[in-house]
Amino acid sequence: MQLLRQYVALHPEFYWLPRKFKFGFTGAAVDRAATRTNDVAVHLVRRADGAIGYRFFVGGGLGRLPMLGVEMNPFVPESDLLRYACAILRTFNRFGRRDNIHKARIKIVLREWGPERFRAAIEEEFAKIKASVEGEELLLLPEDIERVRAHFSTPAYRPAAQAGADLEPLAARDARFAAWLKRNVRPHKMPGYRVVFVSLKAPDQVPGDCSAEQFEALADLCDAYSFGELRSTYDQNLVLADVAECDLEPLWRGLESQALATPNIGLVTDIVSCPGLDFCGLANAGSIGVAHDIYRRFDTLDAQYEIGPIRITISGCMNGCGHHSVGHIGILGVDKHGEEWYQVTLGGSPGNDAAIGERIGRALARDEIASGIERLIRAYLELRCDEDETFIECYRRLGMAPFKARLYENEEEAVAA
Amino acid sequence: MSARILRRRELIEDEWTLLEDTRADSGWATGGKRIVTLALWREEREALLGAHAAVGVLVPNTADVEAIYPEVGDRPLIALQFPTFSDGRALSQAVLLRRRLGFEGELRAVGDVTRDLVFWLGRCGFDSIVPRPDQSLEACRQALDELTVAYQAAADDHTPVWVRRRQRAPVH
Repeated sequence: MQLLRQYVALHPEFYWLPRKFKFGFTGAAVDRAATRTNDVAVHLVRRADGAIGYRFFVGGGLGRLPMLGVEMNPFVPESDLLRYACAILRTFNRFGRRDNIHKARIKIVLREWGPERFRAAIEEEFAKIKASVEGEELLLLPEDIERVRAHFSTPAYRPAAQAGADLEPLAARDARFAAWLKRNVRPHKMPGYRVVFVSLKAPDQVPGDCSAEQFEALADLCDAYSFGELRSTYDQNLVLADVAECDLEPLWRGLESQALATPNIGLVTDIVSCPGLDFCGLANAGSIGVAHDIYRRFDTLDAQYEIGPIRITISGCMNGCGHHSVGHIGILGVDKHGEEWYQVTLGGSPGNDAAIGERIGRALARDEIASGIERLIRAYLELRCDEDETFIECYRRLGMAPFKARLYENEEEAVAA
Repeated sequence: MSARILRRRELIEDEWTLLEDTRADSGWATGGKRIVTLALWREEREALLGAHAAVGVLVPNTADVEAIYPEVGDRPLIALQFPTFSDGRALSQAVLLRRRLGFEGELRAVGDVTRDLVFWLGRCGFDSIVPRPDQSLEACRQALDELTVAYQAAADDHTPVWVRRRQRAPVH
């Protein structure tokens, strides 16, 4: 990623692409960065013979026309990263539309040309680049990759014997610690270390916000317990990526004292929301208030744990900053004659199983939306085949119909009566 | 009337005039160096060559320069268009003309050409720049050297940063 960033920085030929242009990168088996919602997605892959390369997707984007990137090349060799990126950018710069700002995106080329033609055009340009002096300049040698890799050194981990700890006694004593350990702490590739999520989804907190005091405290905590590094996540939370097990208890107490240890990562109250009408000049409807209303309906941890993993996302307008199109339950605020209404989509996902959600039916009014979402979740609890079937799995198995019937059940009674 | 332009890093009086897209019978001034549209060039090639000392071609930024190169590659000047400063299609056209197709004539940028575009124009192989009338020519000339290092190669003589790093002695 760093190599590509350097390549595109102040690139003379591609400095004036028509609009924003985003790359999404992932080097992990699990895509936690919603990469296929970007103009170009790059997945680091290892082929059966051990060779490392890049799987390229092109044409993703949300907003008015939500689309997921389509695979253009399953394996671009590591040495050809910049050559292939150049081929994509040049093809788009030459043949993308400029006549209409809403159509000046690579996803429009994908839609108008179709994947076959687009792939052929990129491959043709890629072949020409490879056969040219330009291609020689763009070829990455192993030493180039190694030089950049050397800048990303691993932290000075302590041996597992020092870093590790038996967390069971405290978990057995303190249910809140146990819940936090279960929901917000994940395994680490280094023995004796864990990955810790900082929840920015406490009750009544604006999703993803934190105060100056909280941020000061986080700065101290990451200095003390995670090599001074704090990362933000796609889900509007934070991550301390390298925490020794023996530091988990003091870290947890520090987070608890700042209301940053709500054990709800990936659960129904871990709602992703844009600022909406409260703060944003583009919004058509409020988002934060809706997030809070839904939150309050599932406030107990028992209820959240029973529901299990689910992604609720809210955008206050169709620009889609809250990524409603890729929420398991997506909520889109719209303005109808000066009133706030909300369209609901089901079945979206941003990860490896990426999908664009489908609209369920007519929009719900501001005072109906939270109860509507609750009905959808109650429907899931009744419909799931067992406790291991998640909301999204259940939706994929059964489709829209049973959820739709449940969402609008009152309406049907009203019509029948 | 000629205008001052930026050519090969110098401010000079322009020798070329742009011929509006009219038919031959509407009274062209003969002689001199003329730039004509691609459409007119295709229609009146022989007449234009007979009437003028030199003929350059104005290529729309929607043209596929690889496809049309056989028609314009022998011209002493090709002008590329920037309908707005933020429409960068001609930047790719320029790079292809210079690097892939080997065009060695004068490559000119016309249209909504502002000082902020100049650095990129120079890097993409334009050697002739006609700034928008409200732009300072001297500021445009200085902008050619606005940045002295570059990450990537283009149609100028910058070496990509990763190639320069290879040449650096390893640190022990």
